[in-house]
Amino acid sequence: MKSAAPLYAPNDGVIEVAEKTLGGRVLSSLEAAYEVSFTVDRDSLVETMTLLRDTPGLEYQQLMEIAGVDYPDRADRFEVVYCLLSLTRNHRIRVHVQTDEIKPVPSVTAIWPVAGWLEREVYDMYGVLFDGNPDLRRILTDYGFVGHPQRKDFPLTGYVELRYSEESKRVAYEPVKLAQDFRTFDFMSPWEGAEYILPGDEKAAAAPPPAPPAPPPAQPKTTESTAQSGAGKPEAGASPKPAMSPAKAEKAEGGDPKPAPPAAEKPKPTRARKTADVAAAPEAAKAPSTSKVAAKLRVKPDAPTAEAPAKPSRAKKKPEPNNG
Amino acid sequence: MADTLDKMLGVTDAEDPTVGDVTIQNYTINFGPQHPAAHGVLRLVMELDGEIIERVDPHIGLLHRGTEKLIEYKTYAQALPYFDRLDYCSPLCMEHSFVLAAEKLLDLEVPIRAQYLRVFFAELTRISNHMLNLGSHVMDVGAMTPNLWLFEIREDCLNFFERASGARMHSNYFRVGGVHQDVPLKLLTDIADWLDTRLPRLFEDAISLVADNRIFKQRNVDIAVVSREDAVRWGFSGPMIRGSGIPWDLRKSQPYDAYARMDFDVPVGTRGDCYDRFMVRVEEVRQSARIMKQCLNEMPDGPIASSDRKVVPPKRAEMKQSMEALIHHFKLFTEGYRVPAGDVYVATESPKGEFGVYLVADGSNKPYRCKIRPTAFSHLQAMDFMSKGHMLADTTAILGALDIVFGECDR
Repeated sequence: MKSAAPLYAPNDGVIEVAEKTLGGRVLSSLEAAYEVSFTVDRDSLVETMTLLRDTPGLEYQQLMEIAGVDYPDRADRFEVVYCLLSLTRNHRIRVHVQTDEIKPVPSVTAIWPVAGWLEREVYDMYGVLFDGNPDLRRILTDYGFVGHPQRKDFPLTGYVELRYSEESKRVAYEPVKLAQDFRTFDFMSPWEGAEYILPGDEKAAAAPPPAPPAPPPAQPKTTESTAQSGAGKPEAGASPKPAMSPAKAEKAEGGDPKPAPPAAEKPKPTRARKTADVAAAPEAAKAPSTSKVAAKLRVKPDAPTAEAPAKPSRAKKKPEPNNG
Repeated sequence: MADTLDKMLGVTDAEDPTVGDVTIQNYTINFGPQHPAAHGVLRLVMELDGEIIERVDPHIGLLHRGTEKLIEYKTYAQALPYFDRLDYCSPLCMEHSFVLAAEKLLDLEVPIRAQYLRVFFAELTRISNHMLNLGSHVMDVGAMTPNLWLFEIREDCLNFFERASGARMHSNYFRVGGVHQDVPLKLLTDIADWLDTRLPRLFEDAISLVADNRIFKQRNVDIAVVSREDAVRWGFSGPMIRGSGIPWDLRKSQPYDAYARMDFDVPVGTRGDCYDRFMVRVEEVRQSARIMKQCLNEMPDGPIASSDRKVVPPKRAEMKQSMEALIHHFKLFTEGYRVPAGDVYVATESPKGEFGVYLVADGSNKPYRCKIRPTAFSHLQAMDFMSKGHMLADTTAILGALDIVFGECDR
């Protein structure tokens, strides 16, 4: 082992001894990452654990941890992992058991009383049932919590949020509302064999007839002088040469906000003109979309204010009756 | 009225001797969740017969923050700071398990100076944790002064953490592959001076007030005796199992980092009561100081992190010169490094006991599952049988000797 991880007794021969002792109860055994693990039959788990604890040469006296893992793709989606420690042989193994939401795992509380809380935690987090645990209540989640949060299909944000309600003088539960969507960034390199759909790929799969590309604007908008942009102090020599005659430029310098008359098929509309003539402009097809955007922008700030008066009434809404 | 008086005086009817006896029913009280001696948010539902504890049902999870779930959505480097916030009294020892687990999956070699630095700061963490625990234990059973003196030492420790990592508590100093940055020589010499002068003076002064104190012994000796068998069955570890007389220390039996080179003793208790657990921790502080001195003597010069650029980011100066270093830096801080698929359970000796991380990697840049084995889970669970038959006031002594921190227990 190159890493500096805890160094315990070598794994040599452990698999053979365990397989000989446990016989058909071992479904598979694995030595990987310098650790030994066994996948065992679920129904005979208690005998397996008793044998692992009491057989000379194995002697795993202590149960240190029970971990649940969720593999949603498997038929038996949950894996319950028992981490055993031998104090006399100074060795660790892991025992894996597979199950699903319905099939119960036999409890090992009779062998190790410490399993009581550990199994409660796996039940709480995954909903794995333990047959024989005398006290299979939730342990870490809130009183009256619904769901099993460590399952892969449980969202990170959860479903409810709580706050102290000043009106009802108690903690009020509400559906979770986020000011911003949960953001998850995928930094996996797409050229290294990623097996997922990149954003936008789903459109290619659906394959609707591609819309004709929007015609490019006749003239790209450019700003050549401060007179066009209105920024800073207009300079005398900074008049937009192709757009205006010097006379008009003077007018512009004078700060005339009135749009120049649509006299010419002049190439570069000034800023003021553009907003004014937008409907009459040759690229009229684009006009509705821009105005729509503007309308949207205007509506958006209104939305919260419209909702604001509703806030107290929402607070009065009946809180879920499940806080302990 | 007469009936009530009869009842109160215990006068029984001759005809019906079954009624009229004064029967005292057990009653149930809540200890916590806001109790100064609960060391956090612990709610104990206690069934009392008078002042005798019949049953204790600890309700935990009031500080549950979903750390394990959050870690599944973070890269390995981003997951590390969550460990500081588990047991916030010994943050670096929490990080230690995680970095070792990731290194075991990566099979990554760590330079020897980094190993020494990790051991050095893990032991400093142990001292600072024990200062908090010993002090609050003493205060829970009635003495005020030692806590104040021990907090001075803890303050020193936090200052040292700040000088090493920039943060007093949530250091985020260990990294997969080494440590974040090297420490200045002045810090090491200052700690060496502190180990020689200030620590022994303050610590021995404070302990001399309680170790042989009659009241302290009355409150702790023979309280919550745990036999060796019970300690094994209930999954005890750390000072709890050593207090019960089993010389089991992961630093000794399953050495990680540079612990194999360290020479230190493992203290054990003789009776397995609260006093033994207290004294085991007292001796551990002295042994930690011993380990730190050895680290200072033997620590070689050299790199403080692995040179594997697929895991450890390059130094900034290197990035100014080398395009490759720049790319590595960018990749490591956006995508992060990938850990080969597999699962490991790595446990280290945190100040409170065996702190383990069961890490399942699926070959991506985020852990598929990171189960944290808190030390407090098995110890607090044993609270029921440990306090059965003791007085209500012993609860605080038992809790103090358990050394519970809820950031870690509830995750």
